[in-house]
Amino acid sequence: MVGQVLALFGAVLTLLAAIGVLRFPDVLSRMHALTKASTLGFVLVAVGVAFELRTANDITSALLAAGLQILTLPVAANLIARSAYLAEGIPHRVDTVDELADARTDTDP
Amino acid sequence: MIEATYAVLVLAFVLFGVRMAKGPTLADRVIALDGMLVAGIGVLLVNAMDTGRGAFLQVAVLLALVGFISTSVIARFIEGRGE
Repeated sequence: MVGQVLALFGAVLTLLAAIGVLRFPDVLSRMHALTKASTLGFVLVAVGVAFELRTANDITSALLAAGLQILTLPVAANLIARSAYLAEGIPHRVDTVDELADARTDTDP
Repeated sequence: MIEATYAVLVLAFVLFGVRMAKGPTLADRVIALDGMLVAGIGVLLVNAMDTGRGAFLQVAVLLALVGFISTSVIARFIEGRGE
């Protein structure tokens, strides 16, 4: 029962990420919505599923998927954000501190 | 409750699909594809919880890895190409 509630909560967080990706105005904010909400949502789903399963093999598989997503989703989001920032022709807007401004002028890819 | 979880995940999948169809840039599509992968792996996990059999959990682990690799490769591609 606990696992089902956790899985439902994680699914709702994934849905929030989807709404954010659909409605936010530019690439960087969409990436922000996706990577924060869906990392936690996925981990909640996986932990909830691990609560409900019985064999050790299944539990470790579910938790391994969760751990891989925790490790890889933020890295992938960082790569996408950096390349979208540096690429020509993708509109973006940075409000306060622009820490990649140097990389933009110096790089030759 | 499991049916509601399925429904929410499928709705999220469809919304990501709408963003992927609308674009407008390649980076948006990659982000939407990442989200679709997350929702799809979630459906696999919930299916394992539903049936009580873990045969698809290895697929979930593998998809998590493949999704990361494809995203980083496309990120390199975007940086070189633009738009």
